[in-house]
Amino acid sequence: MTLALVLLLPLFGGLVLAVVGHRRIAPAINVLFTLATFLAALALSYSVALEGPFTTAHDWFFIDPFNVFLVALTAFVGFTTAVFSRPYMRIEEAHGRVTAARLRMYHASYQIFLGMMLVALTTNNMGILWVAMEGATLATVLLVSLYRTPASLEAAWKYFILCGVGIAQALFGTILLYFAAERVLGEGGTALSWTHLDGVKTQLEPVVLQLAFIFLLVGYGTKVGLVPLHSWLPDAHAEGPTPVSAVLSGLLLNVALYAIVRCKVLVDGALNTHLAGNLMMGFGVASVVLAAFLLRRQTDVKRMFAYSSIEHMGLITFAFGMGGVTASFAGLLHMTMHSLTKSAIFYAVGHATQKAGTQVMADIGGLIRSNPTIGWGLLLGTVAILGVPPFGVFASEFLIITTAMHDHPWATPFLITALGVAFAAIFGRVQPMVFGEARLPRLPHQPALLPVFLHLALVLVLGLFIPGFLADWYRQAARLLGG
Amino acid sequence: MNLPLPLQFVNLLAAALLLIAFALLSQRRIVGLITLFAWQGLALTLSTTLVALYTRQPHLLTSAALTLLLKVIVLPWIFFRLVRRLDMERDVEPVINIPTTMLIGIVLVIFAFNLAQPISALAGTVTRSTLGIAMAVVLISFLTMITRRQAIAQVIGFLAMENGLFFAATSATYGMPLVVELGIALDVLVGVFVLVIFFFQIRETFESLDLRHLERLKER
Amino acid sequence: MESGIALQLGQTLLAVLAAPLLLGWVNACRAWLANRRAPSLLLPYRNLRRLFHKDVVLAPHASALFRVAPYVIFAAMVLAAGIVPTLINDLPFSPAADAIALVGLFAVARVFQALAAMDVGTSFGTLGARREMLVAFLAEPALLMVFFTGSLIAKSTALPTIVEVFAHQQFAIYPSLAFAAVAFWMVSTAENARIPVDNPTTHLELTMIHEAMILEYSGRHLALIEWAVALKLFTYSTLGIALFLPWGIAPVGDWMGLPLVLVALTLKLLAGGFALALLETLNAKLRLFRVPEFLGTAFLLAVLGMLVHFLLERP
Repeated sequence: MTLALVLLLPLFGGLVLAVVGHRRIAPAINVLFTLATFLAALALSYSVALEGPFTTAHDWFFIDPFNVFLVALTAFVGFTTAVFSRPYMRIEEAHGRVTAARLRMYHASYQIFLGMMLVALTTNNMGILWVAMEGATLATVLLVSLYRTPASLEAAWKYFILCGVGIAQALFGTILLYFAAERVLGEGGTALSWTHLDGVKTQLEPVVLQLAFIFLLVGYGTKVGLVPLHSWLPDAHAEGPTPVSAVLSGLLLNVALYAIVRCKVLVDGALNTHLAGNLMMGFGVASVVLAAFLLRRQTDVKRMFAYSSIEHMGLITFAFGMGGVTASFAGLLHMTMHSLTKSAIFYAVGHATQKAGTQVMADIGGLIRSNPTIGWGLLLGTVAILGVPPFGVFASEFLIITTAMHDHPWATPFLITALGVAFAAIFGRVQPMVFGEARLPRLPHQPALLPVFLHLALVLVLGLFIPGFLADWYRQAARLLGG
Repeated sequence: MNLPLPLQFVNLLAAALLLIAFALLSQRRIVGLITLFAWQGLALTLSTTLVALYTRQPHLLTSAALTLLLKVIVLPWIFFRLVRRLDMERDVEPVINIPTTMLIGIVLVIFAFNLAQPISALAGTVTRSTLGIAMAVVLISFLTMITRRQAIAQVIGFLAMENGLFFAATSATYGMPLVVELGIALDVLVGVFVLVIFFFQIRETFESLDLRHLERLKER
Repeated sequence: MESGIALQLGQTLLAVLAAPLLLGWVNACRAWLANRRAPSLLLPYRNLRRLFHKDVVLAPHASALFRVAPYVIFAAMVLAAGIVPTLINDLPFSPAADAIALVGLFAVARVFQALAAMDVGTSFGTLGARREMLVAFLAEPALLMVFFTGSLIAKSTALPTIVEVFAHQQFAIYPSLAFAAVAFWMVSTAENARIPVDNPTTHLELTMIHEAMILEYSGRHLALIEWAVALKLFTYSTLGIALFLPWGIAPVGDWMGLPLVLVALTLKLLAGGFALALLETLNAKLRLFRVPEFLGTAFLLAVLGMLVHFLLERP
């Protein structure tokens, strides 16, 4: 029942906003729907915590600690981004960058996007997972090109084509998976059910699964932003409106990685080699290193943080690739931290760029003096994402690196160097933005910075102390993934 | 050849699919591309229907009907209307010249045939030998996509790739479960709608659908 | 044995005599499709007769090659017509009837034609020769690939064996042959100088390929060359029929079956001629720099046919 609420609320919200999305009350409706979805998600997590994993609706949906945690995270960040988006988009409209009609599309697509991601997270059927991932991409293509500038059109086109080609590879991987599954489970929809597949994974044909995983990794990996399939990511983040950048970075990348990890569990059971893990580790390290070095050349603040997203998702992929309970725990923790911190940064950056009217970092300066709340938000967020203790990112990065040193020492020099380079680059760019000469007037309105500080507070708290139920949650999920 | 006649026809239609994929690769005119895409959809529908009738699988008939509706009627119609409304340039030069493209295409076909061998050996369907052709169609459509600079040509290449994937599903496993197929068809339709809106946006800003205008965001 | 030789000579003679008629039929079909009144079907014969009665005009510095070439070309074509199984299979010349040897015969004719065109030293002759070589360089491998596809199915490159296997096995659809058929059509339009590669009725020298090579010829030389062109078309048609529509060929010694075979052949040639005219009417002549693309496509289609054979037709 709660699951139905979680899934239907966003879709219903999308319908409602498709009709009234241009009215002044639309952002408030947006916030209300996301709040309701979040509450339903909390209820769902509570029932999973009590009863353990379960399937519903004739095995079409499956909830276990891994995806319910992601569901709660998605609903939460969706809610806070909606809160942020309310004043932000109003100012954008006042500046003339969007019209009321486009806002209607924006609000409706936002809800549908959330709904599609929740379907992807909770479905038991790998085919429906694919359909929902593609649906989520389609919902955001037109959002990236919302401002109708030449650059945003190019970003949206690249996003569409690259993610489209990627997801076609994932479709082929799904077909191969079905092919392998059909030989053991027989025809029909149950052959693609993850729970059934999990039960028979040792009987699945290794050759086919190997090939299937490669296609699935390349396909869904494009959506995670793994190098070398990442080129859509910086453009889409930089040219789309800030709330869209926040949900893309904070949520969509996670859902795509979730899909890969589910497949990895199946493949690990079918093959007895570490092929899946090794591939993921390889892509992960490559992403971290390349992103860190490309970070240094960026002049646009949103592009820079987009590369930071690529770097962190590479790190999480590496963690899941290592396998084992500790690494999976660290990966899950980092997923949470990254979502919260990156979205917080994008909120602060959004307000800063809105004020300055530019995204070029050299033109923004002295935020601490002109707008202390934005300045502090940006500073704390940057410090958090760079892995400075006591913020939570430090804990998860530390855990990942120590596990790597223990199990896969070859990767540690790369990772540490890359993290160091990224630290220097980002901090070097953000410092003048926050502390430099104040060039901007005060904002005439009150920025919606509650979400920023809420997220950062959560990250700080979780860095210092992980509450018992949350730790249990992570541990259960890690056990499911790590073996 | 000792296959029964319907299966021989399926093989012939598979060969026709490959031929049309090559024709797409060498076609310059946009209207020609759309027509070839419609023919490809028709060949796909016929092949799926034949397999459905021969192996007595009613859900494949639904898939075939869906393919006919979407890929032979609705999508080409949308594209023809779009070409007229947007009044776009009628010819598109490929990035590398056509003979070289065809040579690369042949190499990809050999690669695809080799790749499909182990899977075909494992398959239990009567149409398993056509899996290699399906993969070849996917790879050639991908090549079509990356050697064209015009928006509609890239999209047709993408949809042709999806045709190849559908054919691969039919030849390896008698099609995916119906729910999944419906979902995929819905995605394709929504995708095309999104694209159409997008084309109008591009046209509005750039006055043309040549993708060379969309190359300013290079890595700095 | 004697009946075999008689049949062989008879088949060759039939080909030589019937070739202009085929050409006349194709021209008539083109006229009908263009909504014009057709010339008489016997017009090519009248042309040949007219040319034979005329004097030969030779350039003063034309070498012996120039004078000998028409005879060599005609002889090569007659030989080619002799070994392609038209009516009857397994004739005395059959051991020579290897597909590769056939391609070699066409090559001999082409080489002499090109050399003769360059012999007189006019610019149009050289132009035509170079263009012809460009077309041939791409068409020949394509033709070989088509033959290979057929020989892969029949497991031999000897034409009689191929025809035998195709004619007498149960009806089966070979997709590789479908590819090979399309490639064969493309190659035969190139080799016979038909649209879309070359316009046989053009009078604009700059667009000519084949016609440019024979501009200097007159009288009986020109008659022989024109006859050789018609014979080449006839040979290609019967080759296509033998490869792709082989039913109705009779083995040696089957005198009773001959009339039926003749009727079948006539019908097939009529249909083939009409199809050729139809395709000529529907297509426009390609610009010269697109001809390599066209022939490259033919080559690749033939290769595809071979690949498809390996995939689909070998168990």
